[in-house]
Amino acid sequence: MTEKSDLPQGTLDLLILKVVALGPVHGYAIAQRLQQVSRDVVQVPQGSLYPALHRLENRGLLAADWKDTDTGREAKFYRLTRKGRAQLETEAASWDRLAAAVGLILKMSEGGTR
Amino acid sequence: MNWLQRLWRRRQMEEQLEKELRFHLDQYESELIANGHDPEEARRQAALALGGPEQVKEYCRDARGTRWLEDLLQDIRFALRMLRKNRAFAAVALLTLALGTGATTVMFTVVNGVLLKPLPYPEPNNLVTVRGHTETWNTKIFGEQNVAYPDFLDCKRDSRSLEMAGTLYDGGTVSEPGPPEYVDLREISSGLFSVLRVNLAHGRAFMPGEDLPGGAPVMILGYSFWQRHFAGRPEALGTSVVLDQKRYTVVGIAPADFRLDGIEPDVYTPIGQNTAAYLQNRSAHPIGVVARLRPGATLANAQAELGLIGRHLAEEYADTNAGRTFLVQPLRPEVGDVRSTLWLLLGAVSLVLLIACVNVASLLLARAVSRERELSMRAALGASRSRLVRQCLTESAVLALSGGLLGLLLADVGVRPFIAFWPGSLPRAQEVHLDWRVMLFAISVSLLSGLLFGLAPALRSPARGLEQALRAGARSVAGTSRRLHSAFVISEIALAIVLLVAAGMLGRTLLMLSSLDPGVNVNNVLVTRMALSPATLADPGRIRPAWQDVLSRASRVPGVQSVALVDTFPMREGNNQIGYSTSADIPPENQQPMTLATSVTPDYLNVMGIPLRRGRFFDDQDRIGNQLVVVIDDVLSKQAFGTQDPVGRRLWIPGTSSPFSSDSKAPDPVLVVGVVGHVRHWGLAGDDQAQVRAQLYYNFAQVPDPLLPRWSQLMSVAVRTSVAPLSVVESLRQQVRGAAGDQVLYEVRTMEQLASGTLARQRFLLLLFGIFAGLALLLACIGIYGVLAYLTGQRVPEIGVRMALGARPADVMWLVFRQSLGMIFGGIAVGIVAALAAGRGLQHLVEGMLPTEPSTLAITVPVLVVAALLASFVPARRASRVDPMTALRQD
Repeated sequence: MTEKSDLPQGTLDLLILKVVALGPVHGYAIAQRLQQVSRDVVQVPQGSLYPALHRLENRGLLAADWKDTDTGREAKFYRLTRKGRAQLETEAASWDRLAAAVGLILKMSEGGTR
Repeated sequence: MNWLQRLWRRRQMEEQLEKELRFHLDQYESELIANGHDPEEARRQAALALGGPEQVKEYCRDARGTRWLEDLLQDIRFALRMLRKNRAFAAVALLTLALGTGATTVMFTVVNGVLLKPLPYPEPNNLVTVRGHTETWNTKIFGEQNVAYPDFLDCKRDSRSLEMAGTLYDGGTVSEPGPPEYVDLREISSGLFSVLRVNLAHGRAFMPGEDLPGGAPVMILGYSFWQRHFAGRPEALGTSVVLDQKRYTVVGIAPADFRLDGIEPDVYTPIGQNTAAYLQNRSAHPIGVVARLRPGATLANAQAELGLIGRHLAEEYADTNAGRTFLVQPLRPEVGDVRSTLWLLLGAVSLVLLIACVNVASLLLARAVSRERELSMRAALGASRSRLVRQCLTESAVLALSGGLLGLLLADVGVRPFIAFWPGSLPRAQEVHLDWRVMLFAISVSLLSGLLFGLAPALRSPARGLEQALRAGARSVAGTSRRLHSAFVISEIALAIVLLVAAGMLGRTLLMLSSLDPGVNVNNVLVTRMALSPATLADPGRIRPAWQDVLSRASRVPGVQSVALVDTFPMREGNNQIGYSTSADIPPENQQPMTLATSVTPDYLNVMGIPLRRGRFFDDQDRIGNQLVVVIDDVLSKQAFGTQDPVGRRLWIPGTSSPFSSDSKAPDPVLVVGVVGHVRHWGLAGDDQAQVRAQLYYNFAQVPDPLLPRWSQLMSVAVRTSVAPLSVVESLRQQVRGAAGDQVLYEVRTMEQLASGTLARQRFLLLLFGIFAGLALLLACIGIYGVLAYLTGQRVPEIGVRMALGARPADVMWLVFRQSLGMIFGGIAVGIVAALAAGRGLQHLVEGMLPTEPSTLAITVPVLVVAALLASFVPARRASRVDPMTALRQD
């Protein structure tokens, strides 16, 4: 069993936006996709997925429609709104900057700067 | 979807949430099964991965952002359900609140209409008035005056900051169309309607060219007059109306409800066409000024500018305008002494509302204590303290708002009867109706009172230890609530005492005032104003014979004993205040002593039943050309001559106010020929505090010819009858119509009506305070009953123990009474202090008011004690009948 990490605060929204950006998708599929893509490293508690989806929908970053799935069942499909896309871009960019900065700091050799 | 829609589709949202989560679980489950899990195990794992479904749903609901509103709606639904369930509680609380807010709202509706609403003209804030002020005058008595017409014209011409118009009160007889009628005439500047920004209902306003001597005679009709005489037909425009023998062409109709100084005039004519001498005189001040600030001008600009104009005029016309300046003041509705009455009543009625609030608070508190278990259960299930407080406040707000809405309905029904009930006519009564201000007031008052009575129960609700409350079970311990309850009862009783004492003071005052001797015999006296024929008035030589004719004809009317003419009769119906001097060396105007002067005919003393103390009253020898004589009253006799006999002494009356001569420097002396009793001219209540009480009478026959037409416009006919005074009115009217049939009587009243009218304010206040005090007493009794019933109910087990240990029913009753007596006397102590303070306030506001006396307290306090003890009797008796066995077994 691989070691799992908790998600850093606030990143769940970003991940959801990214997954939804790939095309309309329902809640269960989002959970699956997150699990697969992160190779089971990231632990997304399913219980907090739905409140997050509803919160994003409430903020107008996501929109939702009820559509039939391949198996013919009706499910709630989320898609990205224009506002959501903009939000995704800014958040992704700031995540990159943050990650790069954290990476730099971590690569710093012991003994301070030379 | 905005939050409102989300709220609206709550059920749909709930279904979708359920469906979405179901879908998730099903998908996961089938995937696990496909991976080889046993179906039972798969369902378990799927459910485990998602977490508690209700919890997830709750988080999702939170994420919707409409949580607070949903909670609020839930609380409101719950509150309504609670009210429906406790019908008795709801009925008592709602009725109490409805009465409290209803009465307060009625009072506020009147205050709003009469005192707070701006004048009913467009942009009322730019409207001002200009008043005249003379330094050397006794402004304490006269106040500020109107303006002389020539001064007005100069100000109007020179002012850059004000757009001005003048008005002049007048009256006249309209003899065509229809039967002769005395009308209220207002002479106005051509610009009046445009200054006020009021459009005429029909036709046009006066042109500037018509506002000049010799202009075409034109007239504007008042709306009511037009309705009365022309049945509202627009063809009235262009027809002619004969006023005081002059034919006018109607050019306009004033809009409905258009009033000047609170009165709707019958007809308007251009002031500039009036060529009367006193309008050309700068020392007569008859013109009321209405002005509007021009765009950009401020009150201060206007004041500075008119001050400058005033100084120029004072230099130019030193003999008339020395020391005279002009004051620019905001134009305000004229409401007189109604202001203090209204605020007084609003204050009194808010005390009633306060009692109602306290009552409901103690009811709610009693309920909160018995609901302690429910609230503790909620807390145990995870409700936070703030959430519980919010719930309690929502409940009281629902109660308060429902009570407030009921109160608003009551007010809507009650305000018209209240105004009809007002003694005399309420100024601006037409402005009084429910509007957005009143709604806002009623809603804020009820919400505020909801907060007031809801806060105490709400704050205490979750305050106690959770498990302690749960464990206490049905037997709640009422320690803190008992103190709070006592405080409620004490404040209720204190408030009731204030109202009771106020009512008692008013009652005593009224008794004292109505037993006062008015100085005249008011029984069987009719007084009516009278207008001579316009033709007679136009010819001064015919005036004296015409009045003589009126007197002799009136005395022939069956039932008439004696008849006299008088210009200002007692009970506040007009007054003429003049300065006098006891020596030929006349002091400056503002240092002269003052007296009321009344012009009468010789029979006046008989008609009014005024006693003659010394000397004689007038006779037919007192004519023009003979010695000028006056008769004075006790008060003037004492004021002018001290203890000496005034008969045969002389007085000098300076020209500016003299009815005898116009020589202000050296007036002829007048001879005092008699002394009569003092008459309460200012009304039964007001006379003692009046500034000028002394009275002087002079014979109408000695009024010089030049003044005669003016005086004749002021005269009234006073008649003593041997039958009911109002029964002679018709024959009197017929007798004095004159040859042309155009002499009319108007404002016909009896002295009895006038005398009781002067006490109307006190009587009205007494009645309302009586009602409020009764209401307060009732509410306080309900409150005492409720609190005691509740507290005794809490003590049933204790009482059971006492009785089991041998206490007799009388002991138990005493136990309850002791508790109630403690609260009652606490309330009385607080109440008496407050009542003494309130009594002093009342003395300032109501004329003739007697101070609070021990006797007032001695009468009112026992009333309250008895009522309060009666209210505690039922709970006490119930307590004494507690069966010890059942009481002890209760838990």
